[in-house]
Amino acid sequence: MKGVEFLANNAGRLKTAVGVCYPGSHAIFRGHDLHADLRDMDWVELYVFGITGRRFSKPQVRLLHAIWVYTSYPDARLWNNRVAALTTSARSSSNLGMAAAIAVSEATVYGGRAGLQSMQFLMRAKAALDAGAELRTHVQTELQERRIYGYGRPINSTDERIPWMMALVKELGFDQGPHLKLAFEVEKVLLPLYPKLRMNYAALHAALIADLGLSLREYQLLRVPTFMAGMVPCAVEAAEKPQGAMFPTPCSEVAYEGAGKRAWPA
Amino acid sequence: MTDKPKESIHTRIWREEPEPNNPFATRAAYCHGYDVYGDMLGRARWADMLYLLFRGEAPSAAQANLLDALALALANPGPRDASVHAAMCGGVAGSTAAASLMAALSVGAGRYGGAREVFDAMNIWITVGHDLTAWIRHASEWESSTLDIWPQAEHPAGFDPYGVTTSTTVLQCLDKLAGMGPFPHLAWLAANRQHLEASLGLPLALVGVAAAVLVDLGFSAQEGEMLYLMLRLPGAAAHALEQSDSGFKHFPFYPVEWTPSQECAEAP
Repeated sequence: MKGVEFLANNAGRLKTAVGVCYPGSHAIFRGHDLHADLRDMDWVELYVFGITGRRFSKPQVRLLHAIWVYTSYPDARLWNNRVAALTTSARSSSNLGMAAAIAVSEATVYGGRAGLQSMQFLMRAKAALDAGAELRTHVQTELQERRIYGYGRPINSTDERIPWMMALVKELGFDQGPHLKLAFEVEKVLLPLYPKLRMNYAALHAALIADLGLSLREYQLLRVPTFMAGMVPCAVEAAEKPQGAMFPTPCSEVAYEGAGKRAWPA
Repeated sequence: MTDKPKESIHTRIWREEPEPNNPFATRAAYCHGYDVYGDMLGRARWADMLYLLFRGEAPSAAQANLLDALALALANPGPRDASVHAAMCGGVAGSTAAASLMAALSVGAGRYGGAREVFDAMNIWITVGHDLTAWIRHASEWESSTLDIWPQAEHPAGFDPYGVTTSTTVLQCLDKLAGMGPFPHLAWLAANRQHLEASLGLPLALVGVAAAVLVDLGFSAQEGEMLYLMLRLPGAAAHALEQSDSGFKHFPFYPVEWTPSQECAEAP
């Protein structure tokens, strides 16, 4: 079925395989009765089940929790958190602030795009190695073709989250995952060439998720609430301060570097 | 307080002079050197300001007229459009005004009729110009080899994947806007539309006309993407407000076909 016929066939109704609510009766979540079957599920477990349709073990869900907990930084200078704080400082709705901050978190130098590209790089590298390539050669080829995400960090190249996460990863027995081992091997290749390209949390996050068997698109969705817990205190504190207290900017703190004064054409 | 403290916002767009008694209050504001409130206000148009903000120079009269006309053409995608539908979902249930516009922006940002499609279409022009063969080849190779946060494109940018023939409104738009010229990309599109449509097997969409306009006005693909997002918001806002007045009982809550064991859609 193509073209107009396809659209007509989908008009005026919802065709779905993932779920439906029957107000006054019950709700189906990926084939299960939400209340009868899934009511005791951990929220993160439900979230990843919603994304993938697959069930994850308790240690795997604990790992997902920890990945988010360890990167929840309530510092309103961070660009995404700043959006949340500015929103409530400007006396807008906290819901709007959180939604905007989450949207902003799909960024390139950190967050969503960086994580996605890092996972894609690790998957490409693993496929290349599985096909017989040598890691050093593969990394050098990648460096010539594109930026490698997951190594280096905008403000400080040392990532304090990694030792904490690795301690838990070992405790849970996930430290032998092929993508995780590969991520550290890549760091060994990069560091002699570029001392600032230490592995960052995006690579660790991406490697762990790849080892859980999630696809790139599943990882993109999984990442959505990653920074949320760190944003909330920023929004709360900004709301508690007087209006406009977050980052007020006097004229002198704007460095103008453009054209000089001129008259508007008649 | 120094002229350039350590933590400064750097900009080539906007300069503000403070009131003598308050560094946070504006005595004069200059956009790319033009005094906005002292000189432009009352003399320049909305389209002039838009063009100036993005391009850094005042537009010619012809350029401002073209941008103004594009803004009118894009102002309301109508309630059938997914981005406006999203805004109405905000309006109908009493969500905030900003939420309705954020909904319209998010849905209208994509590669099916949205701003990312404009970005893709503009990049065809920017990459191959008026080379017809290269244009068709580039438009046909819409799939990228690497995965990005954007979903893969599923059709040639600027064309309607479900279209049968070019819709009358698209033809009117192309005809009127190309007639405001000379604008080389619009003229080329008007002259080669039928050949492009025959080669790609799909009719031109409004997205494609908008992309040609935005390239003709000298905008980059990133600038065009931003403008397309902004210019489609008025209709989303108006329809969201209308639905908030009429209420959810008059808004569709579609029948559902739950088919857990079957594919819910076929590829177009």
